[in-house]
Amino acid sequence: MRAKLWGTRGSIAVSGADTVRYGGDTSAVEVNCAGGRLLILDGGSGIRAMEVAPDTKRIDIFLSHLHMDHVQGLPFFPPLLDPDIEVHVWGPVSTTRSLRQRIARYLSPPLFPVRVRDLSNVTFHDVLPGAFEVGSIHIKAELVSHPGATLGYRLTEGSSTLAYIPDHEPMMGQMNLPASSEWVSGFPLAEGADVLIHDAQYDDDEYGSRIGWGHSSMSHLTEFTKVTQPGRVVTFHHDPGHTDAFLDAFHDRLNGRLNGSASLIPGVAGLEIEV
Amino acid sequence: MRVQQPVEMILLRQVASYLTIPIWMMDDAGNLVYYNEPAERLLGIQFDDVGPVHADQLGEMFRLTKTDGKPMDPFDFPVLVALEKRVPNSGEVRYCGMDGIWRDVAVTALPVEGQGNRFLGVFATFWEIGD
Repeated sequence: MRAKLWGTRGSIAVSGADTVRYGGDTSAVEVNCAGGRLLILDGGSGIRAMEVAPDTKRIDIFLSHLHMDHVQGLPFFPPLLDPDIEVHVWGPVSTTRSLRQRIARYLSPPLFPVRVRDLSNVTFHDVLPGAFEVGSIHIKAELVSHPGATLGYRLTEGSSTLAYIPDHEPMMGQMNLPASSEWVSGFPLAEGADVLIHDAQYDDDEYGSRIGWGHSSMSHLTEFTKVTQPGRVVTFHHDPGHTDAFLDAFHDRLNGRLNGSASLIPGVAGLEIEV
Repeated sequence: MRVQQPVEMILLRQVASYLTIPIWMMDDAGNLVYYNEPAERLLGIQFDDVGPVHADQLGEMFRLTKTDGKPMDPFDFPVLVALEKRVPNSGEVRYCGMDGIWRDVAVTALPVEGQGNRFLGVFATFWEIGD
């Protein structure tokens, strides 16, 4: 399994000289699996530029949730408009509307000129917490702590495991996690994963004024990593106000806090990771 | 006992930990999985001392009667009504806590249903009622 980060920014896409290195596009991760199977995690603006092999017949897109920074790129992703490619979009179940109906709120006038019904090659799947298979990939989906129904995913192919929890506030208003892992949001997704891609939106001093917004502070990420013990942790969902220079310093401090409990990989757009 | 709590229960527990009203939480199998500090005073024992309690053991820990002291069918206890019938329920009961003290309380219990209409357990509050 090989992952490539196409968008690592959170909340809203940004541009400018001071965000070039970490990138300005929002959440989108390409996951290439055995046999040429292509999985994509989230459809933020980063999905727009994702390159798809010419012989691709099927793509599976797993949405963590439907906040705009995770779906905004979908209609700009050429395969959604290509009748020769079978596209499956997976996302969290709702008690009121289907995934297709909820996506249609964005993909319909006046917000967007193309309608969901025009995407004849796209199938939507409402995902309940649990496990299922897509080809040879075992997928575990669990709801995690973030406003509105939000899924994290754990992808396993053979002996390789990638966990993806892009938007996650493990504890609201507190930095310490519960003593028992049974009560830690996201634990079964991240536990012992080879690679964990995780929310790293706030520095600790920023978090105090953003409690309940659904994102992690540096302390949250540190504690969550120590509890779940992934091999490598990739920072993700960078705050739109964080410059490259800020993020360099952030990662230096985070690396010290992790103190070797996992290898830290700064989530830089364009980065490829062999899981 | 469940290995991992669903996020809806995790969030409810976090809310309960901030509240000053007594809160009691059971999972979908009727196991007592949490009560908060205000409930510890009414139940006569800290949660950390008793830990999660299997459904079968709850009847031994907390003896129940009606508020007039007459025997009570456990399945009339609002928490168990919410668990079994998955509907909100409230009522008044007398019980003996782990400190040996009998108390009269008003109990209101809500079934917890999460995304996808998954039944997850019961969230209940106990309110001590005076003479």
